[in-house]
Amino acid sequence: MAGPILDIQGLSVDFDTGHGCVHAINDLSFQISEGETVALVGESGSGKSTAAMSILRLIPNPPGRIVAGSITFDESDLLQLQEDELRRIRGRDIAMIFQDPMMALNPVYTIERQIGEVLELHMGMSKREAFTETVELLRLVGIPAPDQRAQQYPHNLSGGMRQRVMIAMALACRPRLLIADEPTTALDVTVQAQVLDLIQGLKQKFGMAVLLITHDLGIVAETADRVVVMYTGRKVEEGSVVEIFDDLRHPYTRGLLNAAKWEGKSDGELYEIPGTVPSPFNMPTGCSFAPRCSLADQQCHEAMPTLTEFSQRRNVRCFAAEREMP
Amino acid sequence: MKKSTVTFIIRRLLQVIPVVIAIASLNFLLLHMTPGDAADIIAGQMGHATVEFTQQLRQEFGLDKPLYEQFFIYLGKLLTFDLGMSHLQQTPVIDLIVGRLPATLILMVSAIVISVAVGIALGIGAARRQGTLADSLISVLALVVYATPAFWLGLMLIVLFSIVFDILPSGGMTQIGAGFTGLDYILDVAWHLVLPATTLGLFYVAIYTRLMRASMLEVYSLDFIVTARAKGLSEGKIAWTHTMRNALLPVVTLAGVQIGHLLGGSILVETVFSWPGLGRLVFDALLQRDLNLLLGILFISSVVVVVANLLVDLLYSVLDPRIVHK
Amino acid sequence: MNRLQIFWFRFRRNRAATVGVVVLFAIILMAMFGPLIYAIDPFEMVGRPFTLPLDRFPLGTDVAGRDILAGLVHGARVSLLIGVLSSLTATIIGVTFGAIAGYYGGRIDDLLMRTTEFFLCIPSFVLAVVLVAIFQPDVVTITIAIAVVSWPSVARLARGEFIAHRDREYVQGCRAIGMPDWEIIVLQILPNALPPIIVVSSLMVATAILTESGLSFLGLSDPNLVSWGYMIGVARTVLRTAWWMAAIPGVMILVTVLAINLVGEGLNDALNPKLRK
Repeated sequence: MAGPILDIQGLSVDFDTGHGCVHAINDLSFQISEGETVALVGESGSGKSTAAMSILRLIPNPPGRIVAGSITFDESDLLQLQEDELRRIRGRDIAMIFQDPMMALNPVYTIERQIGEVLELHMGMSKREAFTETVELLRLVGIPAPDQRAQQYPHNLSGGMRQRVMIAMALACRPRLLIADEPTTALDVTVQAQVLDLIQGLKQKFGMAVLLITHDLGIVAETADRVVVMYTGRKVEEGSVVEIFDDLRHPYTRGLLNAAKWEGKSDGELYEIPGTVPSPFNMPTGCSFAPRCSLADQQCHEAMPTLTEFSQRRNVRCFAAEREMP
Repeated sequence: MKKSTVTFIIRRLLQVIPVVIAIASLNFLLLHMTPGDAADIIAGQMGHATVEFTQQLRQEFGLDKPLYEQFFIYLGKLLTFDLGMSHLQQTPVIDLIVGRLPATLILMVSAIVISVAVGIALGIGAARRQGTLADSLISVLALVVYATPAFWLGLMLIVLFSIVFDILPSGGMTQIGAGFTGLDYILDVAWHLVLPATTLGLFYVAIYTRLMRASMLEVYSLDFIVTARAKGLSEGKIAWTHTMRNALLPVVTLAGVQIGHLLGGSILVETVFSWPGLGRLVFDALLQRDLNLLLGILFISSVVVVVANLLVDLLYSVLDPRIVHK
Repeated sequence: MNRLQIFWFRFRRNRAATVGVVVLFAIILMAMFGPLIYAIDPFEMVGRPFTLPLDRFPLGTDVAGRDILAGLVHGARVSLLIGVLSSLTATIIGVTFGAIAGYYGGRIDDLLMRTTEFFLCIPSFVLAVVLVAIFQPDVVTITIAIAVVSWPSVARLARGEFIAHRDREYVQGCRAIGMPDWEIIVLQILPNALPPIIVVSSLMVATAILTESGLSFLGLSDPNLVSWGYMIGVARTVLRTAWWMAAIPGVMILVTVLAINLVGEGLNDALNPKLRK
């Protein structure tokens, strides 16, 4: 197995809100290897997007604060880098795409300007070189008539096309890690698969690693190598795709999986995990999933379980899973 | 230029016609509300106001015809820019106005340039330092200036810079009797322009600073700013390109709406600084109760505002590519 | 808490607005009782011209030996009276236009809004000057002239509010029980649409005071009444020798307008809490 390209250790992020301090992420650790696709999974409020944004230090501060941990990339800790050193990595070695491409693209600049800007900044291209390269990139992500599209504005494009533009922008400098934050959530169902296929294809073509943030385990099954499940800012389970789908240990993962299975069905019934994510201002004393968990007992309501390592990169945070251990 | 842009311009030009006709109608209406008609006034001036003579004058001016016929005659005259005579100065109104218009336009354009440039710079500065002392100071100053009558501010600036420090001229457009030509003349006018343009511009500096600050903060919260950061752009570049370009839109809209207001302000400021523009002409017309001249000024200044609004709309369509397609 | 207490609680959170209320209240008291307590005719020659402030008269005398403090006290009445009356008139005109245009829509809306936009094109101060000049300056003509140039912004706002409300369920309910249109407009929608309109017309008082001062600075003031702008206009000619004569009434205008603006923003915070971020 290739060594880790990104190593997150003990990451904790707080948000100062008007009603007090919220621990958005608690002691999160995981790694991404060269060329690997890791899926970061959880409901909204699980801290998965915050984790993704923390990698490039894109958390708005205030209110957000990274209070502990390290994120090692290329032997340097991204959290300790000077702002200008970090900027050289952003968009060049690590690139991001976001949930809603309409919002993520600047409405008053042409496609070409927004992609060309990255090329000029990181690759030192002239305006003309950047234009040629932009057209190539647009062709690469499957946009028809790329030389014309390049001169249009985001509002001229469909949602799927816009996300393709975002992908082209992210790939402009051939990054080694692509962070995709819910890249298909805002798109039509018919387009979702196309965009995922595109990301998969390009990943293989350029050999980059991908961190895929999603709430949909269905997507994970098709694209990811490894899965990290998060709940209320903590990692609750980690394992390979096979392990997660065939031998899952955490009741929350089971809930997510059930929800994903039901989503595709046509009878209109939806499976939902019972209850709701607890408010960050009113966290239960024990395991934060206990109030929603059918397996919860006295112990679960009293203490937060620690992570139990089953093997390398295979761990679970659950008393019930511990008890079942051979 | 794109075809859609051309049709946009033509459509916008066609919209101007009914507005100008409406302005003409209002002027005609006001003309007929004035006590006594042109014949009365001229006859009065000539000193032999016999009934027959006045009647003869009425025939000459078409004042004995029915109202609607007079209206069409009036419209026809407007088409040839015939706004009648200034009864007291014995000069066609249009000549007086055309003679004074350039000075007013110079003053207005300078004030706009000052207010937009300074307002944008201060607004961006304040927004980037949100919550600091500098931000609060800018906001308080803007509030105070916003409440200051421009003509009084002008007088106080004269006291400070012309009387106490004696570094700037207190009035006029050129140094009397200096007879400068070429570049010296331009510099002389610019020198005399400093105080009046600042006076007229400061009120709008206050407005645009507040608007730009709010607008910047709003744009900062949009997703494409995160994209720009993820690309590796510096904060300065993000502020002055991605954010500013979008934050500018409400400022341009407001600047367009306020051109009429600006013209009103320049009348007062010109009076304070003896600036030889339309404002002085208004002041003189008021002193001599030259209503025909006043109405002519109202008509021409309204047309100036309509044309200026048209230009602002075109500028807006350049700044915001979405507008043409709405 | 009743509604008034909630309003006051929200308003008080804006500290600048609270200061504005206090200052504005002081100015209103001065306008109401000042001329009774400091009973000096502002047009009477009471002493030598150009007396310095704090000499024989609190703020000195002007070019014609008139008491400047008396002018300020009487001028407060004129400024506030014209400011309030003209924005009240403008609000009534604007709301009428906006309500009819917004409620009925279609051609009436088109016609009324074209008219409104047309008025927005005309340089308002120039129109005010022409109107006052034609009809001779007195309190009534000045008030009407300022109202005529100020109503369009209210009309636009009111129209937007009425469009937002006209298809709500409570309005449809009123139509269903056969309530006449005017009753729906005046008794049902208007109270709901009022908060933002109140904010805009309170801020309009400040603009109106500025406009009035500009008009009287140009000599277009009621010849029987002293106003702050008139005092500045008179003092303008002696700026080199007696700058304070122009400075003092200007400060009064500034403070009054600033106070009204602060109160207006406080009202905005208290009445439109949704708009706060």
